[in-house]
Amino acid sequence: MKAFLILEDGTVFEGTHIGADKEIISEIVFNTSMAGYLEVLTDPSYAGQAVCMTYPLIGNYGICKDDMESRKPWPDGFIVRELSRIPSNFRCDCTIQQFLEENDVPGIAGIDTRALTKILREKGTMNGMITTNENYNFEEIRPKLKAYTTGKVVEKVTCKEKYVVKPTTDLAQNGPLSGSAGFDREAYAKGVREPRPTLVKELNGAGLRVALMDFGAKDNIAHSLAERGCEVTVFPALTPAEEIIAMQPDGIMLSNGPGDPKECASIIEEVKKLYATDIPIFAICLGHQLMALATGCDTHKLKYGHRGGNHPVKDLMTGRVYISSQNHGYVVDTDKLDPKVAVPAFINVNDGTNEGLAYTGKNIFTVQYHPEACPGPQDSRYLFDRFINMMKGENYNA
Amino acid sequence: MPKNPNVKRVMVIGSGPIVIGQAAEFDYAGTQACRSLKEEGVEVILVNSNPATIMTDKNIADKVYIEPLTVKMLEQIIEKEKPDSILPTLGGQAGLNLGMELEESGFLASHGVKLLGTTAATIRNAEGRQEFKDLMERIGEPCAASKVVENVQDGIEFTNTIGYPVVLRPAYTLGGSGGGIAHNQAELEEILENGLRLSRVGQVLVERCIAGWKEIEYEVMRDSAGNCITVCNMENIDPVGVHTGDSIVVAPSQTLSDKEYQMLRTSALNIINELQITGGCNVQFALHPTSFEYCVIEVNPRVSRSSALASKATGYPIAKVAAKIALGYTLDEIKNAITKKTYASFEPALDYCVVKIPRLPFDKFITAKRTLTTQMKATGEVMSICDNFEGALMKAIRSLEQHVDCLLSYDFSALSGEELLERLKVVDDQRIWVIAEAIRKGISYEKIHEITMIDVWFIDKLAILVEMEQALKTQELTPELLKEAKRIEFPDNVIARLTGKTEAEIKKLRYDNGIKAVYKMVDTCAAEFSASTPYYYSVYGGECESAGRIFMLSEDDSQEILSSAPKDANAAFFQDNSEKRKKVLVLGSGPIRIGQGIEFDYCSVHATWAFSKAGYETIIINNNPETVSTDFDIADKLYFEPLTPEDVESIVNIEHPDGAVVQFGGQTAIKLTESLMKMGVPILGTKAEDVDAAEDRELFDKILEQTQIPRAAGGTVYTAEEAKAVANRLGYPVLVRPSYVLGGQGMQIAISDQEIEEFMEIINRIAQDHPILVDKYLQGKEIEVDAVCDGTDILIPGIMEHIERTGVHSGDSISVYPAHTIGKIVKDKIAEYTRRLAMALHVKGLINIQFIAIGEDVYVIEVNPRSSRTVPYISKVTGIPIVDLATEVIIGKTIRELGYKPGLQPEAEYYAIKMPVFSFEKIRGAEISLGPEMKSTGECLGIAKTFHEALYKAFLGAGVNLPKYKNLIMTVKDADKGEAIEIGRRFEKLGYTIYATRSTAAALNEAGVKARKVNKISQESPTVMDLILGHKIDLVIDTPTQGRDKTRDGFLIRRTAIETGVNVITAMDTARALVSSLESKESDELLTPIDIAHM
Repeated sequence: MKAFLILEDGTVFEGTHIGADKEIISEIVFNTSMAGYLEVLTDPSYAGQAVCMTYPLIGNYGICKDDMESRKPWPDGFIVRELSRIPSNFRCDCTIQQFLEENDVPGIAGIDTRALTKILREKGTMNGMITTNENYNFEEIRPKLKAYTTGKVVEKVTCKEKYVVKPTTDLAQNGPLSGSAGFDREAYAKGVREPRPTLVKELNGAGLRVALMDFGAKDNIAHSLAERGCEVTVFPALTPAEEIIAMQPDGIMLSNGPGDPKECASIIEEVKKLYATDIPIFAICLGHQLMALATGCDTHKLKYGHRGGNHPVKDLMTGRVYISSQNHGYVVDTDKLDPKVAVPAFINVNDGTNEGLAYTGKNIFTVQYHPEACPGPQDSRYLFDRFINMMKGENYNA
Repeated sequence: MPKNPNVKRVMVIGSGPIVIGQAAEFDYAGTQACRSLKEEGVEVILVNSNPATIMTDKNIADKVYIEPLTVKMLEQIIEKEKPDSILPTLGGQAGLNLGMELEESGFLASHGVKLLGTTAATIRNAEGRQEFKDLMERIGEPCAASKVVENVQDGIEFTNTIGYPVVLRPAYTLGGSGGGIAHNQAELEEILENGLRLSRVGQVLVERCIAGWKEIEYEVMRDSAGNCITVCNMENIDPVGVHTGDSIVVAPSQTLSDKEYQMLRTSALNIINELQITGGCNVQFALHPTSFEYCVIEVNPRVSRSSALASKATGYPIAKVAAKIALGYTLDEIKNAITKKTYASFEPALDYCVVKIPRLPFDKFITAKRTLTTQMKATGEVMSICDNFEGALMKAIRSLEQHVDCLLSYDFSALSGEELLERLKVVDDQRIWVIAEAIRKGISYEKIHEITMIDVWFIDKLAILVEMEQALKTQELTPELLKEAKRIEFPDNVIARLTGKTEAEIKKLRYDNGIKAVYKMVDTCAAEFSASTPYYYSVYGGECESAGRIFMLSEDDSQEILSSAPKDANAAFFQDNSEKRKKVLVLGSGPIRIGQGIEFDYCSVHATWAFSKAGYETIIINNNPETVSTDFDIADKLYFEPLTPEDVESIVNIEHPDGAVVQFGGQTAIKLTESLMKMGVPILGTKAEDVDAAEDRELFDKILEQTQIPRAAGGTVYTAEEAKAVANRLGYPVLVRPSYVLGGQGMQIAISDQEIEEFMEIINRIAQDHPILVDKYLQGKEIEVDAVCDGTDILIPGIMEHIERTGVHSGDSISVYPAHTIGKIVKDKIAEYTRRLAMALHVKGLINIQFIAIGEDVYVIEVNPRSSRTVPYISKVTGIPIVDLATEVIIGKTIRELGYKPGLQPEAEYYAIKMPVFSFEKIRGAEISLGPEMKSTGECLGIAKTFHEALYKAFLGAGVNLPKYKNLIMTVKDADKGEAIEIGRRFEKLGYTIYATRSTAAALNEAGVKARKVNKISQESPTVMDLILGHKIDLVIDTPTQGRDKTRDGFLIRRTAIETGVNVITAMDTARALVSSLESKESDELLTPIDIAHM
């Protein structure tokens, strides 16, 4: 079946319909990761957006449900050059076609994704519609496209009730060390899920309790802490700060999440209260933006955002550059940053935008990118260790 | 960290002559690195024995030594030039080993020279087997478990700890005989027992078998601050078991989930960090196909063939960045040369798929085993880019120039299902064609996967191509079907064949329906940032980014164009008609193969530079990822595309060049002449009909008549009967060869009707578009000239003389400049004939002519109105840049205007000798004896004040480093016995012990040359074979009987000698040259290095 992607500026791409049979209007963004499409689809930060993968061959290894970063896919739509006819991977559970259909995600394939990417790059992120209606009328659609916003999307993606992620108490529970893993394919086919290989060689977080504010958290944030020995309590986004403080956690994590941070006015009020405590805080992505807004900083929307697994980030504390996993459309303004409140701690080597802050006199550091990877490079996993050291009393922001 | 101010003079070591496994990629890397160093104001002293490279041009480095790559020579050059540092990681394994030897001997330290980039300790850790294993163990990175055992019980116990299957490799047996794979204890016991018995030292290596695992490579960069990135990863379609150089490789990996991708990426970074590599590095992994288990196979702490491929696949200039890192820069300080906006510390994101296919030499070595193993056999490779895998594969197949254009090109349809299953077990260069046939016969993916271990994803992609063949054969050719066929890059001629239409009809149907190739940009960042480097590949469907100017304008202008562009983004837009500069299309020479090597890339690049200098806009089309010409900053535009008429026409349709030059790209480019003219593209320089006149027998005979130049008598034929008739008329021996071929492919000397039949059968296995030539074989001195002609005058930089008599292909002969054994009369004759021929053929640009001199008579053998193999050599040793001159002449300048006096230039005051270099040891079963068909893969140069020193240097550069044991074996044909006596006597005088087979020994002893008789292989021990295997022989002189040697004895002797590392000479002239050079070396004076940049 034919499908159309109609952009706000009137550009129309004709392709083939994939996934669920429904029409959507969404914000169109692109992601440059060459692998990890399932992690992208299940990253709640994409709620309210339709994602275009710039890598043209998608679905090659099918869907390995173990790799989902949350319970379901979140994008409104999925845009690809070509979907693989067959999936090939020893862990594959189903095809990406089945997955999209089952989860009610529509999409379009067979379009010039590079041309689309260039339009988004030149004109900035814009809204669009994916439809199979050949007789669409652009004049009718245009006001709808213009009117679309992602809105208060955090409330949609956050967990409904708090829950606890159990810590690893014995290193063996984490699964085999990377590379040495044997794998029982038959057992896997019968549903026995062995843990994936791990890079963690030490339970340095044993005994620590972390409160994780779920603004649309990827599973690997809690997992990264739990596999180091931390017990993680995950709180819904609208949990009052008092409840979290009452738990007396050793540290607080503010997660990633979708949408415009300024839409989260009430959450920002709660973050202010968390800031006022002495509890070590580590924030990622939306969490990083909310902390910045809570402390008097501003954010603005990037022309077309950073989404992919190849952005270089410089850790200003060490001078080292790491390749990072990124997914953000907004960025913290550091122009008027009050050094008494916070100083830049990480910057993007490509465009110089802010990638993280260190809060002066506080045990708080925040990053714009994704140390939990999935998809993307694992280079920044050391930040979880830094957070653990902080919870153990080390002070990085003196 | 900024540049280290203490680095001012850097010595760069090149990789030497091109051999299998170490080829043009190092010219590419070396050239890029030298330019990168010079950009930083560093003085570069280059040492490389290979004269065919761009790297050894005097404008690439400040001092250029084309000298043998030996420790002694490097020491001399270091003493003379006093560099402060040395960069050994750009010259392949050869360069790295030399750097290490200099370091380990303490020479560098005592002369205050630092190793730049990666340190010696790092290299030891990466290269030493045990050191590497220990280091991997320390950081928890797995290697394939292995252990050396001396009895069966230990072997069983060890295997029980690592699991079956295991590979067993007996120590010290020839070619790994006695080894094998054991899948269970019974097999283990059997093979192990046998292996222990066969091993001279009673040891067998038991190793975890990883054959069949996925082979994945990562190209990694690290700077001195510890910042690491991976440039790209690559997946070998052929699983572990085939050398990655012989595998079909795809980038990025296709069948790895992010978990596997990142797991291996992290491992690669851990390894490069632990090894503390500064610069580029290649890490190879074996990944278990149904688990997360992996092993590190190998780490190359230097730039490599894979890094050249990764550079071209991503646009990330690895060698350039590695050179900057060596100077002290960190990755975040080096700009990305493609986007000019981002920095080198980022990882390229691809929005396309890249396929590399090796170019294997089995068309040259028809007796060789086609099977692919862990020993690389490919001489070159092609790369292609497309937005889908099927298309990239199809483009790569037709780029090979091996008479293949789709999955039907090798016909296995006669095989039954059962036979196919057997055939699938054979791992050779035709495997994907066998798989395609298996798919056609309905064999399941699972079954094919089970046998080949190739991932089903790739098998499915082959199936998609097979299904398209079927659809084209059976369905009506609708525009939709045609569009889909073109999307996966079926060429028009294949569609025509399958649909029963003509190619013209297909083209018309395409054009009528707007189905045309469009061009996308390789920009390192998947369009995330605007890029300024026009490096293109074609796809069908979508926006065309080429010939547009969006990336040359400011952002505001491009906004304007965007908003005024048609609203259907799938339609082509950004048409640009405002070109002012004249555009010239330079056609490249495709994959490196025997007969068409790096020399033609040298010519293409120089021509491009010369056109650029003259104000032309230059466009290169080529498909070889190993070369300088496909570096994105050589021409104004680079199209990485197959060199077929259709692919070229698609580019012509977009670019509308003002002209094309074909004379620099070897036969690949010449073959496109006719098509280009049909497209209306003027051929710059010598006209197509004149090129034809040189190849067409009748036309050429007319020209010779008219110019009164003699040649050997001959005739043109199509069949064996005709050939025999001509041969009998001329009298044997005769030379038989197809016309329009390079490197004498298929050329043979026949001495009988029977041989004619045999050769004609071989030649006609491939359909011949042109007649076959049969000529009287003349034996004399072979002379070669390259010349530039401007239509009025000619310029001959020098005359080259071959050491070997006619009968040995010119590319395999030792070539001497200046010609030292011919007199003025002959030289003048040659100059005059060259002038006459160039004028008669209306040559504008380069011409290459081969002559035979017999006494004072000069005959012409062959005329090629184009660049040749000897162009870089003669340019360098005479200092006359003939490609640049030829290009200027093509543009319209005259030789006089360019400041040269026409005619034969004065001879230089030194000798420069070009020595062929072979890769026979890599190709099992290849016949090594020299003949009219070219077999060498590369060349090196010896340059000196005297002939003998030059000759000695040339032999040394080619790896003939004598004496070691002063033992040699002679076995020559009857006709050579007289010369054998003379040569044998001279070797005897040098203190060599001569062993000889029966009749040779008799002849020698009779003449008073002491020779020890050795038995033939079939006779009782000790035989000549035992002698060779005893590793005490320096040299074998073996001249096979005329024509194809049919005695298996001689063949076996030569093969065994080559495979045990013994030098083999198969022509008496070569042997004489060697003994002369050894005689002169007896005095043992030091060799004098010569800087060719300041002669």
